[in-house]
Amino acid sequence: MIQFNDKTMLRVNEIIARYPNGKQKSALLPVLHLAQVEFGGWLDVPVMDYVASLLSIEPIEVYEVASFYSMYNLKPVGKHLFEVCQTGPCMLNGSDDIIDYIKQKLNIGVGETTTDGMFTLKTVECLGACGYAPMMQYGKTYREHLTKEKVDAIIEECRAKAN
Amino acid sequence: MGRKLLLEKAHVEGIRHYDVYRREGGYRSVEKALKMQPADIVEEVKKSGLRGRGGAGFPTGMKWSFLAKPEGVPRYLVCNADESEPGTFKDRYLMEFIPHILIEGMIVASYALGSNTSYIYIRGEYDWVSEILEQAIAEAKQNGWLGKNIQGSGFDCEMYVQRGAGAYICGEETALLESLEGKRGNPRIKPPFPAVKGLWGCPTVVNNVETLAAVVPIINEGGDEYAKIGVGRSTGTKLISACGNINKPGIYEIDMTISVEEFIYSDEYCGGIPNGKKLKACIPGGSSVPILPANLLLTTAKGEKRLMNYESLSDGGFATGSMMGSGGFIVLDEDQCIVRHTYTLARFYRHESCGQCSPCREGTGWMEKILLSLEKGKGKMSDIDLLWDIQRKIEGNTICPLGDAAAWPVAAAIRHFRDEFEWHVNNPEKCLTENYGLRHYADPIHVPTN
Repeated sequence: MIQFNDKTMLRVNEIIARYPNGKQKSALLPVLHLAQVEFGGWLDVPVMDYVASLLSIEPIEVYEVASFYSMYNLKPVGKHLFEVCQTGPCMLNGSDDIIDYIKQKLNIGVGETTTDGMFTLKTVECLGACGYAPMMQYGKTYREHLTKEKVDAIIEECRAKAN
Repeated sequence: MGRKLLLEKAHVEGIRHYDVYRREGGYRSVEKALKMQPADIVEEVKKSGLRGRGGAGFPTGMKWSFLAKPEGVPRYLVCNADESEPGTFKDRYLMEFIPHILIEGMIVASYALGSNTSYIYIRGEYDWVSEILEQAIAEAKQNGWLGKNIQGSGFDCEMYVQRGAGAYICGEETALLESLEGKRGNPRIKPPFPAVKGLWGCPTVVNNVETLAAVVPIINEGGDEYAKIGVGRSTGTKLISACGNINKPGIYEIDMTISVEEFIYSDEYCGGIPNGKKLKACIPGGSSVPILPANLLLTTAKGEKRLMNYESLSDGGFATGSMMGSGGFIVLDEDQCIVRHTYTLARFYRHESCGQCSPCREGTGWMEKILLSLEKGKGKMSDIDLLWDIQRKIEGNTICPLGDAAAWPVAAAIRHFRDEFEWHVNNPEKCLTENYGLRHYADPIHVPTN
């Protein structure tokens, strides 16, 4: 059965309390973020249905939101998700080379996951770190001023975590 | 060196935390504001000449004065921290390093507007920044600046952070409100404007992070004093996020009297272009504003030095000028390909179009495809005219300004760099391995010395 753990449930209730009575739908984006973290890094249909029931809204209201925003994964992703920015300012500073390097190093294409389920590579549009380009989002934070050496180090760091 | 109002204390150790921020004079503007009449605060902001720092440049005091005040209906202040315009990363810096200045400005604004609850809508990717803000809000609350009856004034003020989830369109204020209500970020048809019907149908003011932070020095020093800084209708200071091919990318607070040339080449700011390369082009105000070739960037069509302010950057209209926009300053050196760069921007807007309006939904996709084929040496000469035609049909024909934002970069690239597009058509093989380079739009002033 899909259910948030007690700690997350407290957080959900705290979020709902930020809005006026009856406006609990406003909690949808934050709660989907929590769900994605807690239920395996992506939003499966039963997870979205669970969120709908928590907020007393129709499942379709969750689906249409989950499919609109790029941070919600509607398909499973690897344990480590690399989201590399490819927009103008990053491109000017060599993001194309970084993307090619990661593809080659992990032997996957953009949008693919390694066969061991460890890594997924995604390209994204501007993440607001243009002065620190090229960059990618990994977990909660950004990895900036990327070079091939830094990419190697990040991949090593991920592998070390797995052991 | 220009005056610093927002970043003056940015390098004080520990300024992120309440104790240091307060010791350095933080929250004085709230103390002062709580002794003033709300209407007088709005008046000070009007006098300051502060213009919205998110991109549109609309006078903030005037926006505040439009807020409807029906009896018994709550009013809301919403901070737009959905910074997503390519080239723009200034708000992140403020929130990450000096979060209390935003909170302070928002308390003053809340009091002036009579809003008891405010929300900071921050882009979802700034996950760690939202945690910094939440911590700062908790500190402010512990010290009596937020919560019930703040500082014994009788005014209640709550503040919450809400993360988006990856959608540029949510920087548009009505899309932001939709998103805050837990919906897709589809912009609303205006009117009614948020000042009348905003969040949950209540009167709402939406302001950018930097705009709200600027309220702090305005109240501390007075609107008239603030208006003395800068020139003309560009008053106060502006944060510029500089990126692309420059030696010192980062955030700079300028007083809007310096020239573009000084901003790019002075060591105090961008420090010139790396590896002795020449300046080819620049987008001075975030990816949506027109790109300018070096000569038009540094000098207006009238032959005057172009300055880093609202009026000067837009001098000449779109024919020979650009815009201040959000202050996202993107520099392109001589090795950059305008076609490829424009393609990445077109791809960005196609990805970010919400899909409500056909001209934007379809047009952005067409522009991306045509630009990619030109970039790959597979374009035809007629494609350039087709691109021009599509962007004209998007501009002005959509509910929100994303359509214009997608059309302008393509239009400006063709307007000023048409020869480079033609070169791609005429040299389908060569354009895959070589760049067009500088040609006639080269920086006319600067020949690198090293």
